[in-house]
Amino acid sequence: MKLTHESIEINAGLMVALVMLAITIGGLVEIVPLYYIEDTVEKVSGIRPYTPLEQRGRDIYIREGCVTCHSQMIRPFRDEDMRYGHYSLAAESKYDHPFLWGSKRTGPDLARVGGKYSNAWHTQHLNNPRDVVPESIMPAYPWLLKNELGYSDVADRMRALKMVGVPYSETDDEYVANVKQFGEEVANMLDINRAEENLVAQAQSQNYDGNRKRLTEMDALVAYLQVLGTMVDFSQYDEGYFATFR
Amino acid sequence: MAEQLQNKAVQTTGHAWDGDLQEFNNPLPSWWLWAFYASVLFALVYWVLFPAWPIGSDYTKGLATATFKNDQGEEVTMGWNSRAAFIQEMQEGGDALKQKAYLQKVSAASYDEISRDPEMTAFAESLAKVVFADNCAACHGIGGTPPIVGLYPNLRDDDWLWGGTFGQIEHTISQGRIGFMPAFGKVLDTGQVDQLAHYVLGLSGHEVDPAKAKLGEVIFQGEEGGCHYCHTQSGKGLYSQGAANLTDAIWTVADVTGQNDLKDKVKLVSQVIDEGIQREMPGWSKRLSEIEIKLLTVYVHSLSGGE
Repeated sequence: MKLTHESIEINAGLMVALVMLAITIGGLVEIVPLYYIEDTVEKVSGIRPYTPLEQRGRDIYIREGCVTCHSQMIRPFRDEDMRYGHYSLAAESKYDHPFLWGSKRTGPDLARVGGKYSNAWHTQHLNNPRDVVPESIMPAYPWLLKNELGYSDVADRMRALKMVGVPYSETDDEYVANVKQFGEEVANMLDINRAEENLVAQAQSQNYDGNRKRLTEMDALVAYLQVLGTMVDFSQYDEGYFATFR
Repeated sequence: MAEQLQNKAVQTTGHAWDGDLQEFNNPLPSWWLWAFYASVLFALVYWVLFPAWPIGSDYTKGLATATFKNDQGEEVTMGWNSRAAFIQEMQEGGDALKQKAYLQKVSAASYDEISRDPEMTAFAESLAKVVFADNCAACHGIGGTPPIVGLYPNLRDDDWLWGGTFGQIEHTISQGRIGFMPAFGKVLDTGQVDQLAHYVLGLSGHEVDPAKAKLGEVIFQGEEGGCHYCHTQSGKGLYSQGAANLTDAIWTVADVTGQNDLKDKVKLVSQVIDEGIQREMPGWSKRLSEIEIKLLTVYVHSLSGGE
């Protein structure tokens, strides 16, 4: 059959196949090179996978739909830099599955919210935003303080992430590799075999929700918020360095 | 139309529905075609000028360039990319240049010079107001007055926990503060806490039970409570500890002025003594630039007149 305008137009099946082919080529041309171009992910130190407690907090962040109103992506624009801080690096979300970049800012961007406010502020604010910011339109999440944090499945959650490439360790070899890459302190936190004790220990020592007697969902969510955007020490790098990765 | 068809001026595809509904086969409008060719041409120019085609583990960088100064002050020129263009804009863009002269002037000036110069003060306050709204207002409230007494210090009143001079304010902003008072409920019984509360309220001129206040004074000034170590024997507080002045009418933790009955006031103060205080202000030196902290200091100082 000759491939003419007419023969494609009158043959729905052929047209669907060719449209898909065209879109596939367009997509592949844009996406595939990112996998083998060396400069896609910046080479910076300090970025590590989330600890078990932070990872549970991230799960709660996803469950509560925070991403629908808060982006985690600071773009390289003057106004964004002045309001939120240094623009986000690709490397900063390399252990995120899925990404929580978001596309809607009803509330402010949260990519660098870590360390900006105290734990107590986050707890008060999540419990009822209007207690601290009267003009806020964010919903209240009072159940975060009431719900005990479920963490019996945290090891399985880490195993699932390990399957998609996050370097949590389970065998001795993996642990040794992590010590080499992240240092002993971080490597201990990434050990799946110690996930539950690590989670409890971090919540106990930092006491994110202000109540040492209970381990709540608030502990986990605040732990996650407090680490956002804090892993890279930008004072170590010349600004121009990051531009060489584009 | 029917006339045209009869004259064969318009070709049809030969399809016909419902007897006379035909499909025309007109050429594309010429404006559309030219727009199409123009966008192809645009793409070709774009490929030459900007990063475009992947080649192995690299890509074509394009002929356009961006120039900026690195940390050593040397000029760097590299192939145009959004990040290099961003640095260039932060250094040389119209808005950046408009601010630059002011920023340099304020940066070189001392706090005294800034506060004596109305132009520099106005600039500092207008810029710092925005920085304050983005970073500080979440706790201290827009304009420096937090919505609820007790959670975070009011910056508009005349009282300072850590000192209100330019130097002290700058230190507070850049390094942060940990406000801590031990929970005395662990070492004192309820009666003693009650006596202490009466004494403390008496310090600021409340009419309290003199007998209880007398007993409270012994705890406050003695080893048992040890309150005087931080709040001083006169009760005026100590900036180095962030200990509040207890002799004035300003209350930052217990909302004493919001209560009418002495009983309620005593209850609130007792609660603070019983549970202690743990408050934290994060340090901002990593997040804000030196000049931003300086401008904020001027702004915060101006909110209440400072010290």
